[in-house]
Amino acid sequence: MARALERRPLSIGEALRRAREEGATYRGIWSWIVTVDHKRIGTMYGVTAFAFFLMGGIEALLIRLQLATPNGSVLDAEKYNQVFTMHGTTMVFLVVMPLSATFFNLMIPLMIGARDVAFPRLNAFSYWVFLAGGLFMNVSFLTGGAPDAGWFGYANLTSKAFSPGHGIDYWFLGLQILGIASMASAFNFIVTILNMRAPGMSLFRMPVFVWMTLVTSFLIIFAFPVITVGLFQLMFDRLWGANFFNPAAGGTPLLWQHMFWLFGHPEVYILILPAMGIVSEVLPTFARKPLFGYPFVVFSGVLIGLMSWGVWAHHMYTTGLGSVANSAFGISTILIAVPTGVKIFNWIATLWGGSINFKTPLYFSVGFISMFIVGGLTGVMHSMVPSDYQQQDTYFVVAHFHQVLFGGAMFGLFAGIYYWFPLFTGRMLKETWGQLHFWLMFVGFNLTFQPMMILGMLGMPRRIYTYEGGMGWDALNLMATVGAFTIATSILVFIYNVVVSLRSRERAPADPWDGRTLEWTLPMPVPAYNFAEIPTVHSRDDLWHRKYVEDEQGRPVLVVAAGGSGEPPGHNEHGDGGHHAIHMPSPSFFPLIAAIGLPIIGFGLIYDWALVAVGVVVLLVGLYGWALEPASE
Amino acid sequence: MQHAQALEPALETSTGLDNRKLLMWLFLASECLFFGSLIAAYMLYRDRSVVGPYPGDLFDIPFTSVSSFVLLMSSLSMVLALAAIQRGDQRGLRIWLLCTALLGITFLSGQAFEFTEFYREGLSLDTNLFGTTFFVLTGFHGAHVSVGVLILLSLFVMALRGRLTPEKSLNVELAGLYWHFVDVAWVVIFTVVYLVTPT
Repeated sequence: MARALERRPLSIGEALRRAREEGATYRGIWSWIVTVDHKRIGTMYGVTAFAFFLMGGIEALLIRLQLATPNGSVLDAEKYNQVFTMHGTTMVFLVVMPLSATFFNLMIPLMIGARDVAFPRLNAFSYWVFLAGGLFMNVSFLTGGAPDAGWFGYANLTSKAFSPGHGIDYWFLGLQILGIASMASAFNFIVTILNMRAPGMSLFRMPVFVWMTLVTSFLIIFAFPVITVGLFQLMFDRLWGANFFNPAAGGTPLLWQHMFWLFGHPEVYILILPAMGIVSEVLPTFARKPLFGYPFVVFSGVLIGLMSWGVWAHHMYTTGLGSVANSAFGISTILIAVPTGVKIFNWIATLWGGSINFKTPLYFSVGFISMFIVGGLTGVMHSMVPSDYQQQDTYFVVAHFHQVLFGGAMFGLFAGIYYWFPLFTGRMLKETWGQLHFWLMFVGFNLTFQPMMILGMLGMPRRIYTYEGGMGWDALNLMATVGAFTIATSILVFIYNVVVSLRSRERAPADPWDGRTLEWTLPMPVPAYNFAEIPTVHSRDDLWHRKYVEDEQGRPVLVVAAGGSGEPPGHNEHGDGGHHAIHMPSPSFFPLIAAIGLPIIGFGLIYDWALVAVGVVVLLVGLYGWALEPASE
Repeated sequence: MQHAQALEPALETSTGLDNRKLLMWLFLASECLFFGSLIAAYMLYRDRSVVGPYPGDLFDIPFTSVSSFVLLMSSLSMVLALAAIQRGDQRGLRIWLLCTALLGITFLSGQAFEFTEFYREGLSLDTNLFGTTFFVLTGFHGAHVSVGVLILLSLFVMALRGRLTPEKSLNVELAGLYWHFVDVAWVVIFTVVYLVTPT
């Protein structure tokens, strides 16, 4: 750090020259800026996404403060629209997706026995683009108003007539930038998973989390082009007067809904499948038995991925598609509950008869299963067309998708944080604080969203910035607000826990959870090169089978001492000396430079064409520098 | 030349397919959905413009057929470029890379001419649904061709400087995959936009 501060400001050319010369010798902040190490990139993803989580959370608290009592006056209608739009957009694109990407980055190479991802610089590019897109979109708060048409951005709310400011422009340009980040990372992880597996790591020996990452990545590369086109259509309409969503010219705003939900429903599974993968890793470890019905869990994940393409119009029952279309999409939506149900029964059966080690990651996983069941079942209620007619645009829908995205995805992601934290920091998160975090969050969550279910049944519409008293909504809204602040408290407990644990002198023992998969064979924190020697995999749950054999009754019997020697045989023989010969990819500035070009283009499209030219030049400098520099020393 | 030193021998991948080639195939698969969405929007709005000019008033099928033929021929020269580098024929590589790029530029010029012509005859992005969908669909295809031309010219410069050795034939192969995809996309667009009953 000190060395970086001593430096005079560098010209770009000089910095690039030094980048070549100095190779891996960067220190402090520079070592993070040029890094291509998947663990560092994963860490940056996690910290950034968590910062956005706090922002989105504050937006949620503002919403709840406004709605706590009838005729609330915390926000006016305009500000309220901006806040709920940015809350949704932030939580989907800047929190849950990048938190999932955090785990892809951190875990995938370790779980398949690789030294890094297939394209380390592309990986750095993904992160920087994500950061650029997130900041770009939030800048709109400072430049005259954030987006205000909802995270779904329905036409014609987004047209110039109804949203004359620049908020919507920031929204679609920001989403385009974020889409590039998601696609780049999805391509990278598909190639990594298909091509970089250690010897013996056949597809059906891969941990379920790796499978779910693969399915999610395929969903991303096929779903994002659709929303990319939708956002381009919106861009042409708003910036250059095209007619895609203009009824006066014969266009139909429904086209947007089709484009958005054809992307949007796979997106729902993009959000939940990684969390399902995490839970599928946590449950076997803490039940100390293999995942029940591994092939069924894998195939149901794949099936969910496929079926997610045939259900989008269930978001559009009330738009007048006709009863044939509604029935067809109703049936497909009911059917997609089947593979989801299969997973839930497999998770329960994994716990059944296990010797349960009830630690924080398992608390969050069980919380995930229970809350996701409620979310899933309310989803089945929405699939019934007549029932949905009643629920459309009420708080029941709000409760439903928070039930799956918070009660589901976020609980699963927190399970992952508690589970894998020691691997990268060498320290355990404190168990007591972890359980307090869980209980506060669980109680707060239910206190927030179960009242919303009832509010929806009572007919309270979504997206209203205030309501009159005396409609039977007052007490329930107040409860929901109290619940939201309880969740906020639980997040403070989590932050405290992270700080205390990181400062603690107490080091995590090796293989602290008696793990089953390759990552737990590594020293903690994991060294830059991951595996001193690329492992050879002999079975599913390879590490478990190295540690245990089964007796006649099928009970596990230890062959090597658990905890002390989680490392595979041979790991110690090579010691630390081995890594000097390991070829690692070189750090690079170019992904960052290329990424910086994108928001400049974005600002240019809003304000001035000259900036577009500047942005394109920066982007091209980044890309050409990237293409021409050698990938490794 | 200083970067032309052989990198470490390519690590064997689990599928046997080179990482970069797999990446390109995945990217092209994803592009199918991109063009699919644009084409779907075009088809949805076909014959729904409430004011003219309509496709039948503007299309010059013989002209566009010729420029389509030029683009398709560029796929042939692309294949010849790849064959040249694979057998170590540097001169052939340069000739065919340049030829492919020039054919691409010819196609783009044709498109620029067509756009200008249509604009003169009263069709712009905001005129009607036909203008909106036509310019956006064919414009994005043109943008893809432009990126392809940029890649081809970059490869051509590398070849001139002797940096495209036969071991680097994958670079040309990947550019070729992209180029062929853009051609195939045009075949679909040309059929859907120009040939299927323009009114």
